[in-house]
Amino acid sequence: MSEVRIVVNGVERFGVVEGRTLLSGFLRDGLGLTGTHVGCDTSQCGACVVHVDGQAVKSCTMFAVEADGRSVDTIEGQAAPDGTLNAIQQAFQDHHGLQCGFCTPGMVMSAAALLKENPTPGEAEIREYLEGNLCRCTGYHNIVKAILAASGQDVAAIAAE
Amino acid sequence: MYSFEVDKPGSVEAAVAALQIEEAMALGGGQTLIPTLKQRLASPSRLVSLAGIAEMKGVSAVDGVVTIGGGTPHATVAREAAGAYPALAALAGNIGDPAVRNRGTIGGSLANNDPAACYPSAALASGATIVTSSREIAADDYFQGMFTTALHEGEIVTAVRFPVPQAASYQKFEQPASRFALVGVFLARFAEGVRVAVTGASEDGVFRWSEAEEALNKEFRADALTGLAIAPENMIADLHGTKEYRAHLVSVMTKRAIRAVG
Ligand SMILES: Cc1cc2nc3c(=O)[nH]c(=O)nc-3n(C[C@H](O)[C@H](O)[C@H](O)COP(=O)(O)OP(=O)(O)OC[C@H]3O[C@@H](n4cnc5c(N)ncnc54)[C@H](O)[C@@H]3O)c2cc1C
Ligand code: FES
Ligand code: FES
Repeated sequence: MSEVRIVVNGVERFGVVEGRTLLSGFLRDGLGLTGTHVGCDTSQCGACVVHVDGQAVKSCTMFAVEADGRSVDTIEGQAAPDGTLNAIQQAFQDHHGLQCGFCTPGMVMSAAALLKENPTPGEAEIREYLEGNLCRCTGYHNIVKAILAASGQDVAAIAAE
Repeated sequence: MYSFEVDKPGSVEAAVAALQIEEAMALGGGQTLIPTLKQRLASPSRLVSLAGIAEMKGVSAVDGVVTIGGGTPHATVAREAAGAYPALAALAGNIGDPAVRNRGTIGGSLANNDPAACYPSAALASGATIVTSSREIAADDYFQGMFTTALHEGEIVTAVRFPVPQAASYQKFEQPASRFALVGVFLARFAEGVRVAVTGASEDGVFRWSEAEEALNKEFRADALTGLAIAPENMIADLHGTKEYRAHLVSVMTKRAIRAVG
């Protein structure tokens, strides 16, 4: 067992973890932050994406001890303290970018990472960036629309398919 | 996952020492190893994380050779090798997805030597040198079949040196579910000749297609491959493609690489 200190959504958190404790497990079971979802065992679905020191990573494919001393941002830290959604979350709601919502935390966190790198991505760039985020419900179209809208771009241009 | 401890050494020397413990294993980016541990296909007593070793990180270009630290993530290679070796940077930038590229490392990829991995083809086609904690290994001697390399137990890939070719191209035919290469061809053209390395296709792992190299050394155009074919016998067959399908793809992807290089 080892002690970890991780700044989660701006707040310093401590925990005692096993070597094999995944970051996703620490967030969910250790801190009760169950917004980070776990959808697979194979590192493929992206439901667990969080930011570690600002970079998108699959929290199911990193050990909690590897995040010791670093800062982690999760879906819980995206809205304002009074519950006001951020631009990406609001766009997902406005453009019907979710159905069951299982993939949504990972989608929003990947979208946030993309917009930091590239503030006005094109449709193809958005689809490419989301290659590691699987959605079984929406067919992706409205997710792409939401991200275009969140980046202040016109969504009328992409036709409904 | 079975239980294990995680060590975080700060130098190659300390990591080599930590790996002496029985059943200890190196942990690179974990993008292959962690899914393997989840399936209980490995049961190390201890993982030795290489992520905190500064001397194993970074990309540098000197005198026509690009050197990449063994612990350098794919995303960093995609960004920092773009000027010095564009085809290698493009390969790195197309591995998996952005989150995988932020963690997965070149050393982990070459140590694992998955028959469908991308980097082995670049290393073999470039005639790279694999630098380890104890020696230097030429790519031609390093890859020894599916998931098999010249590495000894506890040996760490600390860097990879790529001679930069005059022109190069990596053509990947993606397996859409895994995003690994169903077939990938890396073609590198040097003043001394052309090297063609194929991944994803063979049951013996990455290999050089020497007949194609000979033909291209005589005449560098896609038509030079006319009449050449890969024998399907040793190709991989799975639900994504038959042996014949893969053999055919090797020619198609090689021709695309030739055209891309021009
Ligand atoms: C969804 C997904 C898609 C992927 N798509 C692709 C793809 O398209 N193309 C591709 O090539 N790969 C792909 N990968 C694999 C990815 O590139 C891995 O990052 C890589 O194969 C392993 O690197 P790692 O640093 O994560 O190693 P780890 O998973 O940490 O380790 C893998 C093995 O190498 C050993 N090891 C690690 N580092 C070293 C070192 N420096 N020296 C000696 N031994 C070491 C470990 O002990 C272990 O046995 C994908 C992975 C995922 C999860
Ligand atoms: S839970 Fe599926 S990639 Fe992490
Ligand atoms: S909304 Fe259901 S999986 Fe994406």
